[in-house]
Amino acid sequence: MRNSSMSKNDLILLFCFSAAILAGPIILAPIGAGYPDLLQKFAIFGIFALGFNILFGLTGYLSFGHAAFLGAGSYTAVWTFKLLSMNPLPAILLATLMGGLFAALIGFICLRRSGIYFSILTLAFAQMSYNLAYSVLTPITNGETGLQLRQADPRILDAALGRDYGAVLPSSDFFGIDMTGYPGFYFCAVILIACFFFSMRIFRSPFGMMLRAVKSNQNRMNYTGLNTRPYALAAFIISGMYAGLAGGLLAVTDPLAGAERMQWTASGEVVLMTILGGSGTLLGPVIGAGAIKYFENIFSSFNEGILMKAFDFLPESLQHIMVSISSLFVGEGWHLTLGALFMLIVIFLPGGLMEGFNRLRTWLGNRTGGGDGGAVPDTAPAPSVGGD
Amino acid sequence: MSLLSVENVNKSFGGLKALDNVNLEIAAGTVHAIIGPNGAGKSTLLNCFVGRLEPDTGSVMFDGQSLLRIDPHEINQAGVSRVFQTPEIFGDLTLLENVMIPAFAKRDGAFTMNVWRGVALESDVRAKAMDMLADVGLSTKAQDIAGQLSRGDKRRLELAMCLVQEPKLLLLDEPTAGMARADTNNTIDLMKRIAARGVTMVVIEHDMHVVFSLAEKISVLAQGTVIAEGLPQDIKGDPRVQEAYLGGAHL
Ligand SMILES: Nc1ncnc2c1ncn2[C@@H]1O[C@H](COP(=O)(O)OP(=O)(O)O)[C@@H](O)[C@H]1O
Ligand SMILES: [Mg+2]
Repeated sequence: MRNSSMSKNDLILLFCFSAAILAGPIILAPIGAGYPDLLQKFAIFGIFALGFNILFGLTGYLSFGHAAFLGAGSYTAVWTFKLLSMNPLPAILLATLMGGLFAALIGFICLRRSGIYFSILTLAFAQMSYNLAYSVLTPITNGETGLQLRQADPRILDAALGRDYGAVLPSSDFFGIDMTGYPGFYFCAVILIACFFFSMRIFRSPFGMMLRAVKSNQNRMNYTGLNTRPYALAAFIISGMYAGLAGGLLAVTDPLAGAERMQWTASGEVVLMTILGGSGTLLGPVIGAGAIKYFENIFSSFNEGILMKAFDFLPESLQHIMVSISSLFVGEGWHLTLGALFMLIVIFLPGGLMEGFNRLRTWLGNRTGGGDGGAVPDTAPAPSVGGD
Repeated sequence: MSLLSVENVNKSFGGLKALDNVNLEIAAGTVHAIIGPNGAGKSTLLNCFVGRLEPDTGSVMFDGQSLLRIDPHEINQAGVSRVFQTPEIFGDLTLLENVMIPAFAKRDGAFTMNVWRGVALESDVRAKAMDMLADVGLSTKAQDIAGQLSRGDKRRLELAMCLVQEPKLLLLDEPTAGMARADTNNTIDLMKRIAARGVTMVVIEHDMHVVFSLAEKISVLAQGTVIAEGLPQDIKGDPRVQEAYLGGAHL
């Protein structure tokens, strides 16, 4: 029954996606990204961006405050570790619920407005959450230090089951498997695949069609008997749950939570990921998240020593000039590179990397395409001449 | 008996009295035309029926239920669909999707979180939408993006979007404006077929050919007031109408 509701193409896409994610450590090794810490980030931010895309890509509502849900998810997960159990399942479950609950509250208020006013409201709410985490909520968030595990935490479920971590600080473990390194990555990867599947179901469903209608023309929707508000709110809550889940997973792979996760730069990052990859497409957000985390990793690790080496083929004076220019774009200055990259994409590829891939495919198809296999651009314009 | 009854409706925009104590009875199963010069308040009147505007005073009753102070989607769910003077369609979606959405709205109500059953499985809704597109002569363009259509085609698409809902009352605001003669005649035929199914229609129209081919009753609106009302042959000869509407020219 459920299988019959998926087209063959979708099954193939899901299969290839799963294979690519699970083989990530091998596929990404040649570009130096085949190690677990980075792979975990790819998967987690992939989930974050997938959820963001359900809101922004489908309904067109641009939230600048989604990091608040990510942060709420992290805090919830760490608290679950402290109070209930080091098993990641309750932690991510509660983190997802908290993301959804928090999103329901904020969405209910912000969705009274649309366009730029909506964006500003979400930004304001996220900044409020960030400031509260630093001030009034310190008993819950542990302020600037961040929320951490302690040996003396109660962990009632673990205690009831007689699970004792001894004198060391416990780390999250999935029925005996430590959630750091590769097991941690595979845990996140399986969840990413499930999230991708769910996102695909939404895209292909009547519900998803309604979300695209929200983006296209809300007036027409209303006069067609559809209540736009609950559709937008449902999309907002679902994307909040994805964000909460991603925040929970951040805590699973590294059990601490800090308020900086809620900062506006983190909210902006998921916007960039989605647009960079291609908003409104299924795969784009995951690719965008991977690309940004990859480049962040490379560029922010560069320092002057590495740059000196890179330019040592130049005469010494030139070498120094090149190094001082390019050092602006690396290390702490990585955001400058990100900004430039983003501008290039928005100007030349407004549909994101996905549009780039599609153009490349059409171009290759046209070059090599002979007789039968030629990729005919499927956007054949249909001039409206026919007076029938 | 009347399906829609409008009593003493007034609407002002600042100092401008757009509707001045309008009374109107639309009998079930008829085609009722509203004619009148530009700026007479015809579109404003329809806006008061679908919840786009609230009248300052007066009442609008449809099928025993007030249409005032309720949301547009509730009015539609009650059985009122409207084609707008400037087409309101989903410009980013395909024609087929444009027609499937109202069909889903009719079947599933104002909000349904239908996530698991893919659109591909909804062959009934799809077939219904395709039939409707064929009815308005757009089936060859079913997979085109609606925003790229000509104005006349957009209008026909919007008509299909309303018709697929099988409304009790269909409101049409200048449905043939911007259409070529041949398309106008096709639209007249289509509207005759819809009328034959027993759908009640209110048509605002400037093209007298259209009005006299379809209307069973005509109301004439000028400066926000109904100045004449009656059967087509009576309206044709009414000197007040000729005066107000055509400045004395012959109908
Ligand atoms: N939303 C509005 N705000 C202000 N004035 C309006 C508005 N809608 C219509 N009007 C004015 O009300 C009068 C009637 O307009 P309308 O109902 O569109 O006329 P018709 O459809 O008969 O050509 C016009 O003078 C128009 O300018
Ligand atoms: Mg008008």
